[in-house]
Parts: sequence; structure tokens; C-alpha cells
Amino acid sequence: MTKPADWTGGHQAILYQSCGGCGTAQYFRRGFCAACGSTDLTEKRASGKGIVYATTIVMRAATPETRAHVPYNIVLVDTAEGFRMMAHGANDLAIGDFVVARFTQFAGRLVPYFEKATASR
Amino acid sequence: MSKAAELAIADAGLKRSEVDGVLCGYSTVSPHIMLATVFAEHFGIKPAYAHAVQVGGATGLAMTMLAHHLVDAGVVRHVLCVAGENRLTGQSRDASIVTLAQVGHPDYEVPLGPTIPAYYGLVASRYMHDYGVTEEDLAEFAVLMRSHALTHPGAQFHEAITVADVMASKPVASPLKLLDCCPVSDGGAAFIVSREPTHDARVRIRGCAQAHTHQHVTAAPALSELGAEIAIAKAKAASRVEISDVRYAAVYDSFTITLAMLLEDLGLAERGEAAARVRSGHFNRDGEMPLNTHGGLLSYGHCGVGGAMAHLVETQLQMTGRAGNRQVRDASLALLHGDGGVLSSHVSMFLERAR
Repeated sequence: MTKPADWTGGHQAILYQSCGGCGTAQYFRRGFCAACGSTDLTEKRASGKGIVYATTIVMRAATPETRAHVPYNIVLVDTAEGFRMMAHGANDLAIGDFVVARFTQFAGRLVPYFEKATASR
Repeated sequence: MSKAAELAIADAGLKRSEVDGVLCGYSTVSPHIMLATVFAEHFGIKPAYAHAVQVGGATGLAMTMLAHHLVDAGVVRHVLCVAGENRLTGQSRDASIVTLAQVGHPDYEVPLGPTIPAYYGLVASRYMHDYGVTEEDLAEFAVLMRSHALTHPGAQFHEAITVADVMASKPVASPLKLLDCCPVSDGGAAFIVSREPTHDARVRIRGCAQAHTHQHVTAAPALSELGAEIAIAKAKAASRVEISDVRYAAVYDSFTITLAMLLEDLGLAERGEAAARVRSGHFNRDGEMPLNTHGGLLSYGHCGVGGAMAHLVETQLQMTGRAGNRQVRDASLALLHGDGGVLSSHVSMFLERAR
């Protein structure tokens, strides 16, 4: 498979695969749908909107590069498109918050970073 | 590993040469593609069946389950299950933390800088949110495991702690603090699984089962659909026992949240009620359901695969009346449960006293 054009490949985007066979939205990129096995997958760009499912503020990191960022918030977000993803987030996020993604640098890599969505929702 | 293996073989009343099967755990300090044969050669045996097993924290019970099926099928007569590593002195703590964090997804999780406590911190935040569990509730499990470790000469920690101590300990990955986390330890463990009894101090595997729902926490199912509930249901059916029959419990406790969740998933406490049961003394050595009387991973120590095997060693000692000052009144039927990854892999097992 080619290098993905999303944040894991250094681009400011969150991508997912939509299955033409069963409709599942799949986040971990593969050559097939893990739910039904179909290879009829379409790559789509996520809106970056979602709801915080879980959150943890890391205070003890294990490498010099990540230690420089302590404390950092790791969140699981249920996206508007129906898949769950891990990302960074503002330190004040709580479970159930409506959030929207931007991108930031972390330990030399581009990573998605969620903040509370403004009232426009 | 050799020392533990020697002790187990002697305890079973066997000679080294009678061991014809070897299952060993993995090692993060000294990884090898053929660890079981490396060990067998070093130890001086030539088994008819040997390989390593890798299921994270569930490895010890997974090896026991496989050994049980191997001897039951007549493939071999005596299986040595063994593991050990010097995780504390063999590498830096940072190296341990980095290595273990690799259970995360290499593209979608690890670049975000998570640690094992962070993976479990995520699970804890959600569990506390859904079931009203507090940080003070979690602290009770650390205090309980420490109080048990105080009575075991081989435990890593021998200073009593309080809920206030846990609450005041250094934050690691919220809501988990240092004393909510198991330590990094040196150690090893071994046991023998045989088809026929070899010794009076023996127990019987009544039944066991596994469940594997995911690897990465991002892909984990809902809290109410985790593998512990699936594994215990299958193990109960295979063993024809109910939780009300259980007299001793040995449950994986890498973090306080792990123990709280697993006790509730397994049915050893109602949802959200495990901490109340700790407070009431239910899981004390002299309580209704003695739990991890050696101090568990949290306070006896966690040397990797051998750390969770210590739960089984302690259970065997309790069931055969050999636990000394830690001896419980009745350990005639025990429930053991192991968890690997981030609540990814589960093994449930019932042991009964052999007559």
C-alpha cells in the first residue's frame, strides 16, 4: 500500500476507509474491510468533528522527546463519521465534550489535536 | 528461570529427565525467536515438545491452559511452564516503559507518546465515568495488595500504605498515580502440569477458556463487551461451576483499575461495587473471598510473564495448605484470571483441590 496522505504520513488530514460492502467506517488502514472482508473500500477524509470517549493526561513519559511535552492529554474520540481514534487534546477536555481537530507537532511528528468545539455546533 | 524450574520439578517429585514438554514465556530484556529451546538446552533437557507463548499478561495462564490440553491429549506427560526476566536490573525503567508501550498500534497510537499506564488511564477514565468509581475507590486496591504483600517475604514492597498515600503519590497518567501502577521487577516462576498425579500437594484444572476481542485500545469493544466476561462465561460452562462456588480468587492486577474492572467483569463484585467490597474486608485473607494473598502484581511485583504466574503459584500453595502465615481457611475451589494487552486477551481458569 502507498504511504497514506493523512497525519500518519505527515499530512494535515484524518482519513478513514468506508466499506462498499457493509458500510463500516474503518480507521486502521488495510487492503480489506476487517468487518466483512470486502476489498471495495473508499478512502475518505474525516471532518475532524467528534465526541471525547476517554482521556488521560500523561505526566510520566519515557523518552527525552516526549518528556519535553509533559503534561500532554491523550484522548479517544468517537468521530462524527463513526470510527474511534486516538489523538492529543487540550488538557481541559472531559468525556462527552464535542470537539474539533487541528494539528500540532509532537516529538518531531505531526499529530491530530482536539479542542472543544465552539457554540456554532 | 532455572532456579524456578528446579524448585517446581522438585516440588512435583519428578526428575529433570522426566519433563518432556516445555512452554516458556517471552522476555523483553532478552528476546529470542526460540526461547523455549534456548532454555531447554541451558537447563539440560531434551523435550519432545517445546515453544514460547506470547499473550502479554495472560501468558502464564495461557501456558497452563495449553499444557492442560497437551497432557490431556497424551502428547506429553509432564509440561514445565516457566518464565522469568530481570526487568528491573536488566534494563532502565525508561526502556521497560518504551518496550511495553509497543503493544499500541505502530502508526495510529505509538507516535502519540502513550505508555501502558496511559492506555489503562484511558480505560479507567471511561469506567469511572460510566460506573461512578472514584480515585479513592481505586486506591483501596493498592492498599489491599500492599497489606497482603506485607506477609510475604518474597514481595518487592514491605512498607504499609494508606489511601492517602496512594492519592498523594506522583501522577503517572491520570487518573492513575504511581501507587495505582505495578512496579517493574526482577523474578521468575515455574510450575509443572502433568496428566497423572505426581505428588500429594496437587491441584486439578477443572476448566478454562479464553477470549480475544482486540489488540489496541482504539479498537476495543464497549466496556460491557470486554473479553473477561466472555472468557469467564465459557470457563464456567466448561467447568460446571458458578462464581458462588469459588473460595479463592487470583486476578490480574497490573493497575488498580485492572483489578477493579476484572473483579466486576468476572462477577466477584457487582458493577461499581468492588471497592466497597475491599473496604468491608471481603477480599482479605480472612474474608469471604481471599484475593491475591501474596500481594499481586501491585505489591508482590511484576517481572513480566513470571509476575502473573506468581498468582498461580500462590493459589497452588493456598489450595494445598502450604501458604504458612498467609494460609486461608478454605481454598478448595479457585478462580484465576489473566489479562494481556489492554484488556485484549483473557484467560479464565478454575482449579480444584485434587483428592
